[in-house]
Parts: sequence; structure tokens; C-alpha cells
Amino acid sequence: MGRYVLRRLLLMVLVLFGVSVIVFFIVHVIPADPVGALLGGNAPPQLVDQMKHQLGLDKPIWAQFGDYMLGILHGNLGISLKSNRPVTQDIAEYFPATLELAIFSIIISVALGVVLGILSAVYRNSWVDHFSRIFSILGVSMPVFWTGLILLLIFYYILGWLPGTGQLSLFTIPPHRITGMLLLDSILTGNWEAFRDGLAHIILPAAVLGYSATASIARITRASMLDVLRQDFIRTAKAKGLSGRVVIYRHALKNALIPVVTLIGLTFGSLLEGAVLTETIFGWPGLGRYIVNALLVLDYPAIMGGTLFIALMYSLANLIVDLTYAVLDPRMRI
Amino acid sequence: MRGDLLDVRELKVVFYTYRGIIKALNGVELWMNHEERLGLIGETGCGKSVTSLSIMGLIEQPGEIISGDVYFEGKSMQKMSMEELHDMRGKKISMIFQEPVSALNPVMRIGFQVAESISRAKDIKIKEAYPEVLKMLELVGLDSKRTASLYPHELSGGMAQRAMIAMALSSNPKLLIADEPTSALDVTIQAQIMELLDELVREMGNAVILITHDMGVAAEFCDKIAVMYAGNVVERASTVDIFEEPLHPYTKGLLKAVPKIGQSKELVGITGTVPDLVNPPTGCRFHPRCPYAMNKCSQKMPPLIEAKPGHHVACYLYTQEGEHNAN
Repeated sequence: MGRYVLRRLLLMVLVLFGVSVIVFFIVHVIPADPVGALLGGNAPPQLVDQMKHQLGLDKPIWAQFGDYMLGILHGNLGISLKSNRPVTQDIAEYFPATLELAIFSIIISVALGVVLGILSAVYRNSWVDHFSRIFSILGVSMPVFWTGLILLLIFYYILGWLPGTGQLSLFTIPPHRITGMLLLDSILTGNWEAFRDGLAHIILPAAVLGYSATASIARITRASMLDVLRQDFIRTAKAKGLSGRVVIYRHALKNALIPVVTLIGLTFGSLLEGAVLTETIFGWPGLGRYIVNALLVLDYPAIMGGTLFIALMYSLANLIVDLTYAVLDPRMRI
Repeated sequence: MRGDLLDVRELKVVFYTYRGIIKALNGVELWMNHEERLGLIGETGCGKSVTSLSIMGLIEQPGEIISGDVYFEGKSMQKMSMEELHDMRGKKISMIFQEPVSALNPVMRIGFQVAESISRAKDIKIKEAYPEVLKMLELVGLDSKRTASLYPHELSGGMAQRAMIAMALSSNPKLLIADEPTSALDVTIQAQIMELLDELVREMGNAVILITHDMGVAAEFCDKIAVMYAGNVVERASTVDIFEEPLHPYTKGLLKAVPKIGQSKELVGITGTVPDLVNPPTGCRFHPRCPYAMNKCSQKMPPLIEAKPGHHVACYLYTQEGEHNAN
């Protein structure tokens, strides 16, 4: 087990190296001028040269790459051109909000998706199954920005049931920052007003972000459940005289969840990345919006740093999934 | 009542598939007494397994029992409530299957799976069943403590079948259905498993339905034999009578196709092939392959009548009186 984790961690380093190479070259190959974006089109040439030198952009690209890699090894992702702070510090500030949103939406999607999946497998071709099918097709085919806008239109603009954008209302006093996750901090500091307000704010973005995940989890759970229900050991369980409920929840579910767990891990990774659109629509102060803003002003270090960080989270999520796998399925013991 | 333990009457089961309706059981008649051992033999696809699943009450979508009934100790299963049915499976009827490894849940330890059966049969908590689990595993000749903590994929086929037997017999059922319990195992293991089953059943006094297409195994293990063909029981008699003087042309053909040691005669097969049960032959389903077929064979299925004391057969060759009665 220990050796397996170690091997996986080493592999992860390789993957991250690959990601940083790709991101670095994509960012540097696109014909854009960060210095121009920073100083404006009319800056005097000396200032431009000085700025290029300061940012290391006058060096050949290999040297720049070497500098960047060396920085990463020291945990230094460079200085953001926009905020003038270390990128790592920016990530530490913005990531908790994204993480909170992702965790909230994965909880919603797993709970809803697994239940829908089980119901539509057990009551195959009933109205539950049809509802779940339509719900899922919509979920995987509607783009996040569209669902987001429609839900905002309905629940915020027309019905007025839920607040619009941001993490908190204007006049709510935010909790003292401990973890950076607003809901968690509200609980830790006992700021219940902020907790309630924060909860109302997170529902819509979390639902939007988690919708397609819910849909795919529901479909995979259904397919996997149907497959398991056809197996010999289910017949054995029934032949033992166990009730339908015990057969499904004790005997079938654990087997059926094995592929679902894989999907949940991959989904969690894509939630972090999907947050880019959702956060922009809902004005959520997370890493996704940070990266979008960085793109708009050609803030190279921030783009690269943010992307690399998300890749890191993605790999970690996958590692956790594979370890969970071993717990669920004894045939996979490492 | 013909059998005081089990009486299957004119059971018809169909399966709805894309290809059409499979008429799997076409009025099966089967009965047996307590502590009797009945061999159910016939070719693959003749309805042996469907019969056994019907007795367990396990015919599910897309299958359906369209008529007939199964009486267990005189009680109609069609009229049983869900709870009664679960109770009957947990306490009175057990089953072991052909593929022991895939019949066990891959993510649960053997001990737990046996404990589950015991807790169901004796209405105790699963945790309280563990001493009994070890006893049962020992009874079937397994290293009880070690095996209890293993997962199915860590067992060989023979060990897994022993564990299945432990599970099935832990409720000391009135009836044990063994659906080809040895056909997935090595020959040497087959003998061991049949011996074990023989010994345990003799001790505990369970009635057994042994489903097999191996005539040798059936001859050795069973008191009575029922021969099935294409969804019907065509002949039922004591094991001796079946092998010494088979009456039904199908049984005769079947026995001719079994090789015997010391006999150099060429084996004789039955001409033709097993019928497609979506469009089965009319009348007696065996008539297109039968060397003695008469006109009426293709018109109406012959009833299962007692041709000699204790020897039942469904064939017009033996039904002179039966037909007079019918007319």
C-alpha cells in the first residue's frame, strides 16, 4: 500500500511536469504582448525594454522555461503581473472559495445522482426512470453558462427566492477568515447569520456546477446497478430469503458503486475546472474567476500557476479515488 | 396430494424476449416426498433450471408463471405473500448453483455470507451467528477460521462450492435444490463434492432435487428420476426403473447415448435437434424426433399417466385406457 502510494506520487510528479511544459509553451507561443497589455500601447520603448528585462522576457525561451521550472521546484510560481503578489499567495486566497463550491456541488450530485440511479434501475421503465433519463440528458447537454443564466433568471430575477451573485449579501458581515471557506468559517466562528446568507448564495452556483455531474452519476449508477442485478450472486442473495431491500442495498449497491466512485473522482476534478464558467456567471470569488481575469490581462504567471494547481488537484482526486477503489473491491487489494 | 413435500402442478412459464415468447415450461408435473432425492435430468435448455427457480419463487421479469402452481407442504406458492415467500426461501428451501464462485458476492467475506443465511434462518443477529458459521464451515471440510475471513476470489471452485453448501444447509432446509452443482468443477473435485453432499444430506435428512445432465451422477445419488424434455416432465420413476426399463422413447434414446465401459458398440444419438421453444412443435414436443410417432402425437400433448405402479410417463404408447377416459 505504502509503495503503491509512493509510486503514484512519483507518477503524479511526471504528469505535473508534462502539464507545466504544455501550459508554459502554449502561453508563450500565442502571439500576445503581456508588456503591452500591462503598460498600454503608448508606453515609451525604454520602459517597455526595462519591463521585459524585469520580467525576464528578453531571455531566450529555453532560459525562461528553465527559470520557471526552477521556481516551481522551490514552490515559487512567479509574481502575478496584475496583483503584484506571488501567484501562490493569490491561489491560497482564491482557491478555498472554489473548493467550497466544488465540495458543496459534489455532495449534491452524489446524493441526488446515486439515488436517482438506484431508483431508475430498480424501477426500470417506470416514470422515475423516464424522469431521470430526461433530467440526465438535459444535464449533460446543456452548457453550464446557459443553465446558470436560466436559473438566475428564474430563481433570482423572476421569483426572487435566492440571491443573485457573490458569496454574501452586501450588508452581511463576513466571518473572520480561518480556512477561507466561508461556510466553514461561519460555523467555526459561530456567525450564523453569515452561514445562512452564505448557504442561500451557494445553492444556485452549486446546483449549476453539479447538474451535469448529477446527470452522469445517475446514468452510470443505473447502468452499473442493472448489470449487478443480473449477476449470479444476486440470485443467491434472493435464494437466501433476503428481502428486496437488503438484496439491493447490502448486496448490489456496494458492487454497483465501484465504477461510480471512479466517476466521482474524475467529476470532482472537472468541477474544479468547470468552476471557471460558473464562477464568472455567479461572481464567485474563486480560482476559476481568478484565472479568467488573468487571461483577460495576459497575466502569464497567474495563468500558468492556476492551471498547474488545478492539474495538481485533479491528480490528487484521482489518487484518492484509486485508493477508495481498493477499499470497496477486495479483488483490487494493493 | 401426490407428494407430501412438493407438488408442482401443470406449471407453465414463459419468457418475453425480442425474439418472441419462449414457452419454457409447458405444464410441468413434478412431486416428491420428505427426505426423497429426486434427479431432474435432460438436455441443456429443457427447463430444469427454470423449474427449480419456479420452486424457489424466483421467476422474475421477463419471465412469468402463466398457469399452474407449486405447492410446498400443501401450501400454494402463488397465494403466498412476499414475506411468506422470503421466509420459505430462508428457512425451508435452499439452493446451490452451478458456478460457485460467481454465486458468491465478490465484495463480502465468506463468513459474513454464511452468517447472513444463518441469521435469516434462525432469526438472530448476524454477529451472533458466527459460532454457527465456523461449525458449518468445518462440517463441509473447510479450514473454518481462515475461510471465514476470505473473499470468494481467494477460493478455488471446489472450496467455493463447499462454502455454498455450508450456506445452503445452515438453515437445515426441508428441500435442497442443487442446480448442476459439479459441472463447473474438475472431475476429481466433482466426486468429492457429491460425496460430501451425500453424507451431509443423509445426516440432516433433507430432501434434494439434483439437477444434472450427467446420468451417472444422477444414478448414483438419486432415489427417483424425472426426465425433462423441452419444457415437460416426460417420465418419472425410481432410479432403477428408469435405467432398467425406460418407457418414454426420449429416455430410451438418452440412455443409448451414454457410453458404457466395456462396450464397444457405437453410441446412438437421437436424431434431430432440441426444438426452438419460441415455436415449439404442437402436441408432444418430442414427436418430430420420435421413431414411434403417431398421428395424434402432433395434435395433443399426452398426459403424464401412471403406466406401471410408481412409473409415470407422458406418451401415447402407454395411454390406451387414459385416452378412453378422455374420450
